[in-house]
Amino acid sequence: MTIKNKIQARREMYQRAVLESFIKLNPRWMVRNPVMFVVEVGSVLTTLLWIQSLIGKGEAPAGFIGAITLWLWFTVLFANFSEAVAEGRGKAQAESLRKARQDTPAKKVSSNVKTFERENFETEIVSSTSLRKDDLYLVEAGDILPADGEIVVGIASVDESAVTGESAPVVREAGGDRSAVTGGTRLLSDWLIIRVSADPGQGFLDRMISMVEGAKRQKTPNEIALNILLAGFTIIFLVVCATLLPYSIYSVDASGQGTPITLTVLIALLVCLIPTTIGGLLSAIGIAGMDRMIQRNVIAMSGRAVEAAGDVDVLLLDKTGTITLGNRQAVEFIPINGVAAQELAEAAQLASLADETPEGRSIVVLAKEKFGLRGHTVDGMHFIPFTAQTRMSGVNFNGTQIRKGAPDTMIGLIQSNGNGVASNLKPTVDSIARAGGTPLVVTRDNKALGVIHLKDIVKGGMKERFAQLRKMGIKTVMITGDNPLTAAAIAAEAGVDDFLAQATPEAKLKLIREYQTGGRLVAMTGDGTNDAPALAQADVAVAMNTGTQPAREAANMVDLDSNPTKLIEIVEIGKQLLMTRGALTTFSLANDVSKYFAIIPAAFASTYPQLNALNIMHLATPESAIMSAVIFNALIIIVLIPLALRGVPYRAVGAAQLLRDNLLIYGLGGLLVPFIGIKVIDMLLVALNLV
Amino acid sequence: MNTWIQMIFYFGTLLILTRPLGTYMAKVYQGERLILDLVLGPVERFLYRLSGIDPRSEMTWKTYAVAMLLFNIIGLIAVYLLQRLQGFLPLNPQGLGAVSPDSAWNTAVSFATNTNWQGYGGEMTMSYLTQMLGMTVQNFVSAATGMAVMLALIRGITRHTTKKIGNFWVDMTRSVLYILLPLSLVLAMALVSQGVVQTFSEYQTATSLQSGETQLIAVGPAASQVAIKQLGTNGGGFFNVNSSHPLENPTPFSNFFQMLSILLIPAALCYTYGKMVGDTRQGWALLAVMTIVLVALLGVAIWSEQNGNPMFNEMGIDQVQSATNPGGNMEGKEVRFGIVNSSLWATVTTAASNGSVNSMHDSFMPLGGLVPMWMIQLGEIIYGGVGSGLYGMLAFVIIAVFVSGLMVGRTPEYLGKKIEAYEMKMASIIILIPVMVVLIGTAVALMSEAGRTTIFNPSAHGFSEVLYAFSSAGNNNGSAFAGLGANTPFYNIALGIAMLIARYWLAIPVLAIAGSLANKKKIPASAGTLPTHTPLFIVWVIGVIIIVGALSFLPALALGPIVEHLMIFG
Repeated sequence: MTIKNKIQARREMYQRAVLESFIKLNPRWMVRNPVMFVVEVGSVLTTLLWIQSLIGKGEAPAGFIGAITLWLWFTVLFANFSEAVAEGRGKAQAESLRKARQDTPAKKVSSNVKTFERENFETEIVSSTSLRKDDLYLVEAGDILPADGEIVVGIASVDESAVTGESAPVVREAGGDRSAVTGGTRLLSDWLIIRVSADPGQGFLDRMISMVEGAKRQKTPNEIALNILLAGFTIIFLVVCATLLPYSIYSVDASGQGTPITLTVLIALLVCLIPTTIGGLLSAIGIAGMDRMIQRNVIAMSGRAVEAAGDVDVLLLDKTGTITLGNRQAVEFIPINGVAAQELAEAAQLASLADETPEGRSIVVLAKEKFGLRGHTVDGMHFIPFTAQTRMSGVNFNGTQIRKGAPDTMIGLIQSNGNGVASNLKPTVDSIARAGGTPLVVTRDNKALGVIHLKDIVKGGMKERFAQLRKMGIKTVMITGDNPLTAAAIAAEAGVDDFLAQATPEAKLKLIREYQTGGRLVAMTGDGTNDAPALAQADVAVAMNTGTQPAREAANMVDLDSNPTKLIEIVEIGKQLLMTRGALTTFSLANDVSKYFAIIPAAFASTYPQLNALNIMHLATPESAIMSAVIFNALIIIVLIPLALRGVPYRAVGAAQLLRDNLLIYGLGGLLVPFIGIKVIDMLLVALNLV
Repeated sequence: MNTWIQMIFYFGTLLILTRPLGTYMAKVYQGERLILDLVLGPVERFLYRLSGIDPRSEMTWKTYAVAMLLFNIIGLIAVYLLQRLQGFLPLNPQGLGAVSPDSAWNTAVSFATNTNWQGYGGEMTMSYLTQMLGMTVQNFVSAATGMAVMLALIRGITRHTTKKIGNFWVDMTRSVLYILLPLSLVLAMALVSQGVVQTFSEYQTATSLQSGETQLIAVGPAASQVAIKQLGTNGGGFFNVNSSHPLENPTPFSNFFQMLSILLIPAALCYTYGKMVGDTRQGWALLAVMTIVLVALLGVAIWSEQNGNPMFNEMGIDQVQSATNPGGNMEGKEVRFGIVNSSLWATVTTAASNGSVNSMHDSFMPLGGLVPMWMIQLGEIIYGGVGSGLYGMLAFVIIAVFVSGLMVGRTPEYLGKKIEAYEMKMASIIILIPVMVVLIGTAVALMSEAGRTTIFNPSAHGFSEVLYAFSSAGNNNGSAFAGLGANTPFYNIALGIAMLIARYWLAIPVLAIAGSLANKKKIPASAGTLPTHTPLFIVWVIGVIIIVGALSFLPALALGPIVEHLMIFG
C-alpha cells in the first residue's frame, strides 16, 4: 500500500466514522451507555427550549440556548465518533478477512470411504457453505481451503497469509501438533484430506471477523462495574441539578431579587458534571484494547480474556522455545582418565558426523571451534544411528567403535563389556546435570573417553523480562519435561520464580488448579492437543496458531505469530486497558471541580451577586462562563480520543508508584487543566465577540 | 496556645485509648477469653438459653439482615407505644401525657436508627420511664446494631468461600454486654462525680436570685442516659438543650469526658478492624483518613468562630480574646466551654453521627456552621456512628480502591477480595442514598407550604436550617440547626422517613457486600497489588471523600452558608 493509498484509506475511515456518529444517535443504541444517554436527552430538551425561544417565549435569549444546544449535541456526537473510530480500525481488518472467507468450492469426500489411497475415492464439488462438521474434503495444490478442519491424511505446505499476514508457507500434516488448518488459507503443494471441525459461520475466521468488528462485543465484567459507578455518579448529579431548581426558586423568594435558574443552565450544568469524558470514551477504550491485541497478531476470543490478562498473577511458560532456544548445544568436552581433550573432541566429532539433530551438529561445530577439527568422513565408516532400543549412536571404522549416549546407557555398555567404570566419570556426569546441563558420555571400544556437556541456551534478555514481571507482581513458572535437577539449574539461570519439572499434562492441569484455588489467575501458552485441558483450565490461555485444533478451541486467545514470549505483551495490553479506564475516570471526576467554579456563580448571579466571589477564573459574563464550561466538556472528549485508542502507557514498576504517577497526571492534572481550558475558551469567546 | 494544648490533650487522649480499647473489642468479637467472662459469661449464656438462640449457628447475609430489621422494628414499635401510653405507666412524677402520634413516630424512628433527632423537649415531654426504657435502651441497642453490621462486614472481608457472616443475636448481645454496658457504667459514674443528675425524684422548685421568683428545675435519671448517648454516638439529650444544660454537662471535665466518649468507640473500632483483618496498618490508615479530615475542618470552625462577627463590632460588643474574654462569636455558646470547646464539640459531634450539642450550631458564623453541616453531608464517615461510620467509610474505600485499582492495571481488590460489579452496585447505593435523601428532602420542604411556614428566618440562613435538618436526618446524625419549627406533622413525618431510609438502606447493602465478599476467594497479595495502608492511599481516599462530598453539596451550600458568609464579609 502506498502512502497515498494509506492517506486515502484513512480519510475514508474518518468519513465513515463521522457518518456513524450520527447513526449512533439512535436512542435504542444510546441507552446502552447511561451517561451519554442522559446527555442526549438533555440535548433534546434544550433543542425544544431553543424552538420555544425562537417562537418568542423563551426562558433565555435564543442565541444562548441555541449555542448551548449545539455544543450539547457535539458532546454526544464526539462520544459516538470516538467509538466509531475505534470500530473503524477493526473494520478494515475484517474486510480483508472477509475476502478470504468467500464462498469456495469444496471437494467433498463421501463419508463411507475405507482407505485414503489417492486413487481410491470419489469427490463431488459442493459449496463450502454446505459443509458440516465431521464431513471430509479433499484439497489439492492451489485450492483455497473451504472450512476449518483437522488433517486426516497427508502432509502439505500451506500459505496462511490471509489469516496471519505472514507470507512464508507453513507445513501442516496429519497427526501431531500441526494438524489444524484454517478455512480461507491456500494449499501450496501436495494434497490433504481434512475433517471439518466447524459448521459454516462458526469457523475460526468467522469468529475472528466478529471479534475484530466488535459486532458481538459484550461488556466485560470490569466495564460493567465501572458503568455502575458512572451511573451512580450520574444519578447523584441528576439529583443535584434537579433539586437546584426548587432551591433557586426559594432563594429568589427569600432574597427578593433575581430570577430562578433556567432549565437550559441546569441541563448545561448536568452535562458538565456527569462523567461524560469517561462515559463517552469507555466503549472506544474497550474496542481499542482488542484492536491493540490484533495489531500484535493476537486474536482474543472475548473482551473478558483481554481484561483478565491484566489480572494475571502467574505465567506458566514452556521452557523450550519460550525461555531457552529450541535445542541444547554442546559447550564443553570434559575428558577423563588422562585422555587428551582433543582426542575426546575428535571421537565425539566422528560419532556425530551423521547425527543431523541440532545437538549432534553443535558437537561437530564445537570440536571445530575449539580444536580446529574439520569433520571429515573416512572410507569404510559405518554410522550407527540412534534407536529407541540401543539409545546410543556412533560410528564404526577400522575396527574401532565410537559411541555416545546418555550416562546410564553408556555405563551399562561399559560394564556389560567387562570394563571398569572410571571413578571420576560419575562425579563429572553429576556435576553437569547439577548445573542444568545434559551430559553425553563418549566411549571408544567400550571404554569411557569423557563427557560432552550439552546445555540449554537461555534466550537473551529473558532474565530482565522476568525481573520486570516480578515487579509487576507476576510470578513466572517454567514448565519442562527435564528432571528436577536440570530444571532447577535452568530456572536459576533464566531467573524464573519457580518451575515444574517432569511435567505431564496432568501435572500441568493440577498446578493450574492449585494456583487458582489459591486465588491466583493463571496464564499459559500451549499448542499440543495434550495442552488442551490445561488451556481450558487457565484463565488466560494463548494457543499457538501452528497448534492443533483442540488446543485452539480450548484457548481464549490465538497468537497468529505462534510466539510464546508474546504472553508478556498480552498481559501488558490487558493492564493498559484497565489503566486507561481508571485514569480517564479520575480525570473526568476531577474536572467537575472547575466546572462548579464556572457555573455556580453564573447560575445564581441575578439572585446572589455576592457569589461572584467564587468566579475565580474571572470569566467574562455568566453566559460566557456557562458556554466555556460546556465547550470545554465537549472538546476534551475529542482531545482524549488518541489517548483512549493508544492507551495509557504501562511501565513495569510497582503498583504504588504507578498509582502515584497516574494520580499526579490524571488526578491533579484533571483538577487543574479545565481551569486553564475554560479560561482560554472564555477569552476566545470574548475576543471573537461571541458573547 | 490554649487552643493547641486543648487540641493535643483531646486527640492525644483519644489516640492513646484507641489501641487498648480496640484490642479489647477485637477479643470480644473473636470470642477470646476475658476477665469479664467471670461476671458476664453466665449472663450471656442465660440470655441465649432464655431466647432459644444457638450462639454457634451462623447466618447468611440475608438472614442476618432480616434479624437486624426485625429487631429494630420491634424496638421502634416499643418506643412508639411507650410514648403514647406513658400517661398510664409508672415513673412519671410530672404526670406527662401522651406524645402526639407524629412526634412519637419521629422519636421512635429517631432512636431506633441511632439518629436521635429530637423534635421534642425531653423534660417537657417524656416521663422517666419513657426516657429509661425507651430512649436509653434504644441508645444501647441501636449502637450495637451498627456494631453488629460492621462486624458482619469484617467477617465478609476476612472469610472466604463461605456464605455465613456470623450470628446477629450474638454480635448484638456481646456488643451491649461486654462493650457498651461496662463503658457506660464507668462514664456515668464520672459524670455523676461532676454533678450530672441521676434521680427519680420530681422536678425541684427553687427561688431565683434575680427577682425572687420561683423556678421549676427539671431533674431525672440523666447521667445513665447521657453516658450511652455519647458512647453509642446517639446524641439524644435528656434535657431539651442537650449537653449545654448545666445538669447534663456541668463542668469542663464532664465536657471533656463527653467529647472523648463521642469518638472513643468509632476510633477504637478502626483498630479492632485492623486487628481482625490481620493487618493493623489497615485500621490505622482509616483512622488517619478520618483524623486528617476532622482536624482540617475543625481548624476552619475554630478560626471562623474565633474570628467573630463583624456585626457584633457595630453593636459595640468586645470580641477580642483576653484572659477574661474568650473573644470571637460567643452567641449561642456556654461561657464555661468557650470558643474552642464549643467548636470542637460541634465538629466532633457531627463527624461522628452523634448529634448531641453543647452550643447552638444555628448561631455559629456561616463557615463555622458549614463545617458541622458538611461533616454530616460527607456521609457520617469521619469517625461516624459506632459501626456505621466505619462501614460507610469502607464503602468509600471500595470506590477509591476500584478507581485506583484500575489505575494500576488490575481488577481492583481490597484486602484480597476482588471488587466487582455487585460490590460496586452496593457501594454506589450506600453513597447515593444519603445524598438523595438530603437533597430531595430539602427540595420537598422548600416546595411545600407546610415546609416553608415554620422557617423562622426566611433567607439564605433559613435555607441552611432546612438543609441542615435533612442532612442530619438523612445521615442519622440528629443534631439540629434549630431556628426551624421541626415539631410539626410535616417535618416529623418527612424527617422520620429520611432517617429510616438513611439507616437501613445503608445497612442492607453493607450486609449484601459482606455476603458477597465472604463468598469470594482470597487473592494473595503481590507486588502488583495496590497497598491500601500507605500515605498515598490515605491521601487518595481523602480526595475521593472530599470530591464526592463537594460535588454533591457544593451547589446547595453555595445558596446557604457560602453566600451568607459572602454577604457578611463581602
